[in-house]
Amino acid sequence: MSAATSIGPALPAVTGTPRRRRGRWNVPLVAGLTLFALIVLCAVCAPLLTSYDPIKQNLTDAFLAPGAKGHLLGTDAFGRDVFSRLLYGARVDLRVGVLAVISPFVIGSLLGLIAGWFGGWVDAVISRIVDMVIAFPFLVLVIALVFAMGPGTTSIYTAITLVGWVAYCRIVRGQVLIAKEQEYAMAARASGLPTWRILLRHLLPNVVLQAFVFSMSDIVLTLLAIVTLGFLGLGVPPPTPDWGTMIQEGQQFILDKWYMSTIPGLAVVLTGLALALIADGIVEKANK
Amino acid sequence: MTAPLLEVRDLHVDIPMPHGRLHAVRGVSLSVGVAESVGLVGESGSGKSLTLRALLGLLPRPARIVSGSVLIDGEDVTGLPAKQLHRRLTDTMGMVFQDALTALNPVMRVGDQIAEAPLRKLGKSRSEAKAVAIDLMTEVGIPDPERRYQLYPHELSGGMRQRICIAIALSTKPRLILADEPTTALDVTIQAQVLGVLRRLKQDENVGLLLVSHDLAVVSQTCSRLYVMYAGKVVESGTLLDLITAPKHPYTFSLLRSVPDPGHRVARLLTIHGQPPDLTDAIVGCSFAARCPFAEERCRQEEPVLEPVGSAPGTVIRKSACLRVDTAERWTAMVSEETVGQQ
Repeated sequence: MSAATSIGPALPAVTGTPRRRRGRWNVPLVAGLTLFALIVLCAVCAPLLTSYDPIKQNLTDAFLAPGAKGHLLGTDAFGRDVFSRLLYGARVDLRVGVLAVISPFVIGSLLGLIAGWFGGWVDAVISRIVDMVIAFPFLVLVIALVFAMGPGTTSIYTAITLVGWVAYCRIVRGQVLIAKEQEYAMAARASGLPTWRILLRHLLPNVVLQAFVFSMSDIVLTLLAIVTLGFLGLGVPPPTPDWGTMIQEGQQFILDKWYMSTIPGLAVVLTGLALALIADGIVEKANK
Repeated sequence: MTAPLLEVRDLHVDIPMPHGRLHAVRGVSLSVGVAESVGLVGESGSGKSLTLRALLGLLPRPARIVSGSVLIDGEDVTGLPAKQLHRRLTDTMGMVFQDALTALNPVMRVGDQIAEAPLRKLGKSRSEAKAVAIDLMTEVGIPDPERRYQLYPHELSGGMRQRICIAIALSTKPRLILADEPTTALDVTIQAQVLGVLRRLKQDENVGLLLVSHDLAVVSQTCSRLYVMYAGKVVESGTLLDLITAPKHPYTFSLLRSVPDPGHRVARLLTIHGQPPDLTDAIVGCSFAARCPFAEERCRQEEPVLEPVGSAPGTVIRKSACLRVDTAERWTAMVSEETVGQQ
């Protein structure tokens, strides 16, 4: 105990360990994390799981059906092993998908925080820019920007950042408008703390959850955008494996070799499912 | 006479409405001396909380201060640039809110919330700030502060949370604590403990208190001087004893008579009929006239002003805003007649 004299009536000291917090895990969260971990594991351990080079062509073994000649999922039009391409494609798509969400998340959240807290003309300017960007369909704008900048991962990152931040900005701004009328925000102001401190330490942690949950589904959206770009030939340049390019290549043979497009398509669906489950799990946990 | 620690002069607060405006605080003046505890009493919507919040620039949107001035140690700070003004106000005053759960940041350890102002505002080192926080926790009667420092608000009981809030308010070393219904969300035993903490602060630390409450019992346990507010105005002020024993405004009188008092057996508790006036309209005459058992014709036409009453010896001036204040001594008798008459 410290030297200060107690001026309040003493209460009995609490002994024992703090009770265990319940609801740390829930079914969607565990399922989603497990599935996502498996996918990431497959991507990371790709060289261990397959002996085939994902970009090595072998034209004599083209269009093999799944299982034939030791090719687990068959080969594509150039005789490349589909299983290898799927695993190495996960490396590319997951990296781009996650990285492409980080910068819109950060930029959008900060701008939303500023717009919501300061209000007035600051809010008006930021909100009008958000309105303008939101007026265009997400994919149309991304495709136009990537087209203008030329294909490649840098263009994808830049285009998705330029378009994607608005959603985070809107979410965080709305949350800040609620949070700043809460008494803890007033209490922080009453303590005379610096504004940046109130924003980053008191408001941000309380408003960022919604944005974080959205970012989970946004990764799926971004993944789809990358896949779509790949499908349109604006994505990751060949011969680098990428799920979108694989779907596009298989599409010409969809009638007799349905699995060529379906398998990478399923990979996208599974990844999306895993992230959506994680998002659900986080919401459920936060609401306990 | 030395200048009071805090003085508010003619404060007006407006809330813009779709049709016109709600004039919520209508010229409130009050003062709090060094280490004095003052109560601000009134029913919901009387403008007492807005008055308190206006003092720290914490009005909820879209309420705004229309006019008024604030003096600290006799110096008018109203004219200072916004940043300096905020600094001056927050240096002088700390605030305790009604609901301790919403007044604490749910995702920050309570100890860190107390240590924050010493760390970020008073420029102390991390370990010094932590030591200050633990001292403050001891001061407000939190046992085992080292362990509780690490807890989050939802892990503490209501009384503990309010103690944490008081510790946070104290962490900036203010000379005056503004408390907005600090015990309303607590049950009666915890209420008494928290009030005990606030009372002892005044005695031991020389920290003044401006307490807003609708609960006369709470105020009478804590404050030595009272302001009674009704419909955005102070209708009566004076020492606790004077106000309780001999109210000089019918509103105070009715309030006191509506609470059971074990010392005086009464046949029936008084109720205040009707509702407070609509503050979007200009009020003609006395704002309490429509509900006042003693109102007469001139009360509905002439606006009473807050004026000193009686020849109170000593420094505390007794004030009342009632045209019929001269009949105050006979009010008790008048009410009993009326009650009997109604039966």
